[in-house]
Amino acid sequence: MTEKSMTQKNRLQDGGRIDRSKVLAFTYNGKKYTGFEGDTLASALLANGVDIIGRSFKYSRPRGIVAAGAEEPNAIMQIGSTEATQIPNVRATQQSLYSGLVAGSTNGWPSVDNDLMGLVGKVGGKMMPPGFYYKTFMYPKSMWETYESYIRKAAGLGRAPKENDPDIYDKMNQHCDVIIVGAGPAGLAAALTAARAGARVIIADEQNEFGGSLLSSKELLGGKPAAEWVADVVKELSTYDDVLMLPNSQVNGYHDHNFLTIQQHCTDQFADRAPNGQVAQRYHRVRAKWVVLATGAHERPLVYGNNDVPGCMVANAVSTYINRYGVVPGKNLVLMTSNDNAYRTALDWHDAGRNVVAIVDSRKNPHGTFVDAARDRGISIIVGSGVIEAHGSKRVSGVSIAPLNDAGDAVVGPIIKMAADTVATSGGWSPVIHLSCHTGARPVWNEEILGFTPGATYQKQLTAGAINGAFSTAQALSEGVKAASDALSQLGLAKSDVVLPETEVIEEGKAMALFHIPHTKPTSKAPKQFVDYQNDVTASGIELACREGFESIEHVKRYTAMGFGTDQGKLGNINGMAIAAKMLNQTIPQTGTTIFRPNYTPVTFGAIAGRDCGALFDPERYTAMHAWHVEHGAKFEDVGQWKRAWYYPKGNETMQQALDRECLATRKSVGILDASTLGKIDIQGKDAREFLGRVYTNAWAKLPVGKCRYGLMCGEDGMVFDDGVTSCLAENHFLMTTTSGGAARVLSWLEIYHQTEWPELEVYFNSVTDHWSTMTISGPNSRKLLEKLTDSDVSKENMAFMDWKPMTVAGVPARVFRISFTGELSFEINVQANYGLHVWKALFEKGAEFNLTPYGTETMHILRAEKGFIIAGQDTDGSVHPFDLGMSWAVSMQKPFSFIGKRGMQREDCVRENRKQLVGLKTLDPKAVLPEGAQGVLDPKAPIPMPMVGHVTSSYWSANLNRSVAMGFVKGGLDKMGERVFYPLADGRVIEAEICSPVFLDPKGERQNV
Amino acid sequence: MFHIYCPHCCEYREEEEFHAAGQSHIARPLDPDACTDKEWGEFMYFRANPRGIHHELWVHAAGCRKYFNITRDTQTYEIKEVYKVGEKPTVVANAIQSK
Repeated sequence: MTEKSMTQKNRLQDGGRIDRSKVLAFTYNGKKYTGFEGDTLASALLANGVDIIGRSFKYSRPRGIVAAGAEEPNAIMQIGSTEATQIPNVRATQQSLYSGLVAGSTNGWPSVDNDLMGLVGKVGGKMMPPGFYYKTFMYPKSMWETYESYIRKAAGLGRAPKENDPDIYDKMNQHCDVIIVGAGPAGLAAALTAARAGARVIIADEQNEFGGSLLSSKELLGGKPAAEWVADVVKELSTYDDVLMLPNSQVNGYHDHNFLTIQQHCTDQFADRAPNGQVAQRYHRVRAKWVVLATGAHERPLVYGNNDVPGCMVANAVSTYINRYGVVPGKNLVLMTSNDNAYRTALDWHDAGRNVVAIVDSRKNPHGTFVDAARDRGISIIVGSGVIEAHGSKRVSGVSIAPLNDAGDAVVGPIIKMAADTVATSGGWSPVIHLSCHTGARPVWNEEILGFTPGATYQKQLTAGAINGAFSTAQALSEGVKAASDALSQLGLAKSDVVLPETEVIEEGKAMALFHIPHTKPTSKAPKQFVDYQNDVTASGIELACREGFESIEHVKRYTAMGFGTDQGKLGNINGMAIAAKMLNQTIPQTGTTIFRPNYTPVTFGAIAGRDCGALFDPERYTAMHAWHVEHGAKFEDVGQWKRAWYYPKGNETMQQALDRECLATRKSVGILDASTLGKIDIQGKDAREFLGRVYTNAWAKLPVGKCRYGLMCGEDGMVFDDGVTSCLAENHFLMTTTSGGAARVLSWLEIYHQTEWPELEVYFNSVTDHWSTMTISGPNSRKLLEKLTDSDVSKENMAFMDWKPMTVAGVPARVFRISFTGELSFEINVQANYGLHVWKALFEKGAEFNLTPYGTETMHILRAEKGFIIAGQDTDGSVHPFDLGMSWAVSMQKPFSFIGKRGMQREDCVRENRKQLVGLKTLDPKAVLPEGAQGVLDPKAPIPMPMVGHVTSSYWSANLNRSVAMGFVKGGLDKMGERVFYPLADGRVIEAEICSPVFLDPKGERQNV
Repeated sequence: MFHIYCPHCCEYREEEEFHAAGQSHIARPLDPDACTDKEWGEFMYFRANPRGIHHELWVHAAGCRKYFNITRDTQTYEIKEVYKVGEKPTVVANAIQSK
């Protein structure tokens, strides 16, 4: 033996599926240890004799490893050797050991071995009965934040990394005929059956190798060790092109219509960081025609006093550590069981050369193959008894055993004490029904196996093996073949031949229904009997919840927090339900069960996000001139997915200085805006005009070719949701523009009305937003500038306000619209997007003499606010109709068809007095700029809460007017012109404003009428 | 996540390509101006929320952009049928179930 493995004091000389020639060094809580390839972190810790792996959540009691798989409640680790590669809350039982692995406990301070919180816990624990956070921390309300941080700190789960994860994660979409969840005997038999029939198969298993229970069993299959049969099957499966084998892959969610999600651990099972170019984890999204759940079962521990002292374990986990990892986690074992099956653990322990102190069987007269085998080995069996209490604090030092009555609910004789360092218990097996619950099926209690099995489902789902309570290997194998055969026949595929290996004949006696071992003291006074380790829920806590009147198991769960941990109560829930049922004088099926939901085990955010992060999180849309904006120092703002130029600071300009310059230059000479993001919908068909009349509030019947018109769009409720200019391109051809953010919604709106309400109208819609680049030149010199780039006549006489014309601009075909959102003489030049940058640059070339100034969305907002033009979505919020906006001119009540919104805006509440109406707000102090969102009041001295009359929707500093401009809602505002409204602000100031017309600049519209 | 058969594309596609658009068969009154406020309110806002069979309007938003109907069991999420706009469902809630 090497010196290194000598330190692994619990490691056997031989046996197990580990490679003793491959020594792996790892660090746990700052100390160096070694294990072997094939180990899990848990098996390596046990091999090294590490007893305490954490502190409990509420009482801060030392805790050890109790299980060997996904059901482990205690061994929750923080993994990672650098800050960036931290992974919180990894179950040590599911983490493969690799060289250089760094792990730590997720709780315990200053260390798990000497925990200061433990002292507090002993006092604090009494102050934390079930429902403690409802009872204790509710009052005073103001203290909640203080309590919360304390609770979060005490919660003892891992922490998120503070640095970006350097690894790559990705997702794959998969399709298959049959997905088999679990590669134990049932799953492998099913996979073999389906694969031989030529079906497209996916088989996934959470463990690093296929085989499930067969990997830790001493059973023979066909006269050979079971693992050999596993190897043969795996080898054959790997020869089929249509079989995808996924080890290290947890099927975490079973969603509607046979959609399953699988988290595959690719490199994080053998490296801290994924080797170059490799993916750390992969998330498979599977759509399966048929699902075979072969998820197996978890052994249930029994509930007894101090059952959380390190050294208390689930029986089968002990066998797994011995048989699969060559680790015996102690010297002297006491096994407590209510069934035959668990006797195997005592046999394995004995055969490993360690001492079995006693088997404590709750049944009076056990008999069967394993019982006989124990007797043959001379192991002491204490019948009709239970371990009522474990002794020790940091490790089990002994047990108290007492005779029980027939029902197993009372101690009926004297206590005997025995020395031991390990207590293994078994209360039977709970089928792993979690995935079957995800789609809403309610589990069914099966009295014969004393467990819940999957309920009826509407999914194309089959189940095989221990999930059905078919616990023996023989049953599991044949159920696997049957499930796959059923799926094949449903799929219309030919049957295949699978000859199953011969299994050993095992006789097992009847198990006893036992969950909670009584103590000589009442449960409330007995040493703590833990049901849910992760949340420190005890038997007495559940009894207390029942006494306090909680009858529904869902309420008991929420009150005690049973099953609320990251383990979802895989070990404890059934025991908790049994205890509640007994308290409520009900059977377990009467009490019912809680439902498991996705995910089966916690999933890393990396796997969920995959590549959808960073630049790929959400698509970004750029206009054709984007590179120019970047080059010219533009700051950008997000409008939907668009990146829009916000403003263009020069040198050291502040934002306000840049805006002032842009605003002044535009009104003085000419400015240019990249308006390409405006939604554009091409509308054609002989009924296009009629259609427009129905979806817009104003009239469209007489709009001639070559003309543009502004329109308001409302919902059926009469509330404005979008606006824009629509132009008549030809008799049956229109171009509709929408707000930048509303384009998709408006297109859907048009389509749903056309397809579901008015299919008789011949009209076609096409989104052409990206087809065109749109440049708006605005200002008194805009015509002069345009004239330099076109031969067409753009004079006032030939091209009036609200006209559009096709023409050539900078040598390329263009549509030019004389429309204005600034109140200035303005031309909107639209060219094919590919020509956008060319025309933009040509404009700057010719525009130099006019000081052509680029401006962004912020200056656009200011210029339009000076004119009182609304922005749908900023000055509207879904609760205002056109009349509230003072835009009655945009509504034609005379149209023959009752347009969308007409009936809605005539409802009683829409026509009442004193609705909030949009008005201009002129601050008495011209320098004061109202904050947008500020609430107005009519009497600033009114007691709080003051009656509020409406909020500020748009507010800016106007360099052109040398004062602030604002718009906002005021109740009955349109009838209150000249009256005062006050805006008390959070900082104590009160800004006073006069209600006025929202048109602050050029009220007669003379600037654009040139 | 649903697996939805688009009756226009004639194939099963993932739910990500579709949007739900509310309850089916809510016809816009032919003469809105003749509706009382109450009737208009019913048309706009009041929708069934059955446990069981429900008829829903969906759109193949990232596909053919056509609307169609789905008959779905709101309890099991089974899609019982899909049918085009203007057609009638063949699977309907029976009186006992809908009680």
